[in-house]
Amino acid sequence: MRRTVRLIAVTTGLALAATGCLGGTSEEQTDTERGAEATEVTLTIAANAVSGGKNAEEADWIENYVIPEFVAAQEAEGVDVTVEFQSSGVDDEDYKSKIALDLRTGSGADIVSLDGIWVGEFAEAGYILPLTEVVGDTVEEWDGWEQIPDAVQANMSFNDERYGVPAGSDGRVLFYNKELFAQAGLPEDWQPTSWTEILDAARALQGIDGVTPIQLNAGTAMGEATTMQGVLPLLVGTGERIYDEDGGTWQGNTQNIRDVLGFYQTVYGEELGDPTLQQEAQGRDKSFAEFAAGTIGILMEGDYFWRSVIEPTQGVAPMANRDEVVGFTRLPAMEPGSGIEEQDFVSMSGGGGRVLNPATEFPQQAWELLTFMNSADATIELIGDGARLTQREDVNSEILADDPMLSFIAEEVVPLSAYRPGLAVYPQISVALQQATLDVVTGMPPEEAAAKYQQAVEAALGGADDIASD
Amino acid sequence: MAQKTELPPAEQPAPAAKPRSKPATDVAGLGRGRAAAFVAPAMALIAVFLVFPALWTIYIGITNYRLTGVQAREPEVVGVDNYVRALGDPTFHNSLFLTLIFVLFSAVIGQNLLGFSLARSLSTLRPVLRRVVESLVLLAWIIPSSIVAFLWLALLDRDAGTLNVLLQTSGFAWLIEYPLVSIIIFNIWRGTAFSMLLYSAALASVPPSQLETARLVGASRWQTLRDVVFPHIRGHVLTNTLLISLWTFNDFTPFLITAGGPNGRTEILPVYIYNTAITGGQMGYGAAVSLIMLVINLIIAVFYLRLLRERR
Repeated sequence: MRRTVRLIAVTTGLALAATGCLGGTSEEQTDTERGAEATEVTLTIAANAVSGGKNAEEADWIENYVIPEFVAAQEAEGVDVTVEFQSSGVDDEDYKSKIALDLRTGSGADIVSLDGIWVGEFAEAGYILPLTEVVGDTVEEWDGWEQIPDAVQANMSFNDERYGVPAGSDGRVLFYNKELFAQAGLPEDWQPTSWTEILDAARALQGIDGVTPIQLNAGTAMGEATTMQGVLPLLVGTGERIYDEDGGTWQGNTQNIRDVLGFYQTVYGEELGDPTLQQEAQGRDKSFAEFAAGTIGILMEGDYFWRSVIEPTQGVAPMANRDEVVGFTRLPAMEPGSGIEEQDFVSMSGGGGRVLNPATEFPQQAWELLTFMNSADATIELIGDGARLTQREDVNSEILADDPMLSFIAEEVVPLSAYRPGLAVYPQISVALQQATLDVVTGMPPEEAAAKYQQAVEAALGGADDIASD
Repeated sequence: MAQKTELPPAEQPAPAAKPRSKPATDVAGLGRGRAAAFVAPAMALIAVFLVFPALWTIYIGITNYRLTGVQAREPEVVGVDNYVRALGDPTFHNSLFLTLIFVLFSAVIGQNLLGFSLARSLSTLRPVLRRVVESLVLLAWIIPSSIVAFLWLALLDRDAGTLNVLLQTSGFAWLIEYPLVSIIIFNIWRGTAFSMLLYSAALASVPPSQLETARLVGASRWQTLRDVVFPHIRGHVLTNTLLISLWTFNDFTPFLITAGGPNGRTEILPVYIYNTAITGGQMGYGAAVSLIMLVINLIIAVFYLRLLRERR
């Protein structure tokens, strides 16, 4: 018996000694020149993109352009490079968990795609480092930086340090089906100027059999899509950002939040939208499929929807007649002039980018590959015939004139856009917002949902000090 | 092996070639050192893969460790805060309640009864038919979870689901309207094979002579079942119930179908832990809930084992 006790004590001691290292990130490799002279190099690129599925254009671009071109260029310099592509085609939240675990354990790809809002929490966790710490001062010398606007660079920065190279930006608009609008007697060139006008159009569409007038992203199943293509664009239309940089306060149970939730209540309470779809695990994909099938009238989405979802040939829910049938219009503020900066129209912008894994064996070559992927030539190759606001101004000015959607986003939408706060706690606030919309969609009054939301924000921030409420 | 069993070594004197001052106390006659050497690899594996992770979980459970953010780099020890929070959290209560309902209806009642009825009725079927039914039931058990989940999504889909086509109820969202019932039925379908196999074997141990006697004295089906069959398979029933309860309690497959939704209505404990720890990044809290779950597992096991001992 005594032996058993001793055994347990020893085992416990050993285990506790080992557990002492929880969190403390292992000593990072600090030599930025490591592997720089190697003649045999293996690099891996990870992105939430997969050929034939999610973000197919990006996956194809990496496999068919980036890898062969880069390998050939390096071969000319006498370096034998192998580049591998780790593709995924999953929900953003799942992808995030995967790469967080990869980076935490010092494994994972050398170049990793990251949504801009994750940069803060990944940086604070020590999973990613400023580019100058991974690569050295050569980063500053890259000529690409001057082509990337500061607001876009901010997407991949944290505490004023660059952690990665951004991969373009975007904007949010209302997409609508012109054929359904014609059936309902609505104008083909639709330009609503207030929330009321959106609701009026939706009510007119309600008369058409088998059509969901407006689908407004809500609920936790859709993750960040709910926040970014739902709550936040509406919120800036009430005149407040989710986080006030000057005051350092988050929106809690305020009139603005209640107004936004009230809009949700109207949409789903009057059955202008389909509340069941917002609760389904595959709800977002379904909303894409239904819009493409012509059974959803109005959908708030980013330009991603246009170029990757309903894109006639490569989209996940292709619409052969997209250019004729689908209209897009700016999102109005709640009332004319009620938006942030007293704007009549509002939008939210975000965007991701690519970071370097601090544990890479070849920081110099990885940086070379990263700059290659963000060169003007590669960027033009990526967008191909499509429409997309790239990170590079030189590329944008070259292709801007050709595409109505791209120029619309660049000229009409992005100047009005607001950005999400690059703070590590933001994803938790976002989840609280998603839950609040879900509560409203499933029948809770907006006041009650907003009060519950306030509690969740307090829990995330550890107190009510930095929360605005009224 | 066969050679060793010839001589029960404990009753044999120590081999003459190696006289010892003390008779060997161990059955195999290995001596302490060699016995320890034999056990060591197994103990090492248990220590590395069982004891260590368990202690690690306990340790994480008393910190505010997160998957990302500052707390990922510098977690702080918060003592029993996570446990206090879990025990006072309505979402956790809801999740625990859902899990108990899920286990009770899908395992204890559903799989048990269906498995037993299948085993009993199959024994009277023609062998060909019996094998066909058995294979079908087994198939549900063998197919990988991800494929099964996909099949069930296709079955219950709102717009083009097989069930809606059969019932002509297009547009009815089973997984939204009856989420818990759906995963309960799913789990019964999925896990019945084990109970069926176990009960088939158990029923074979009932002496036919006793069944014959019962028939001769004019016992009804229910009486035969209660007074002849059940006393023989009591142990099997408890063992089976224990196993399927624990498996169901820890089952993660429903996540693949509903992801815990809609609005947490199928968020059974394993899913709750996944959603808070992995998706939500709250590792410390997730670890604390895991430990609570482990304790509940032990309570269930002890409860059944007690029952098993008493009935014998």
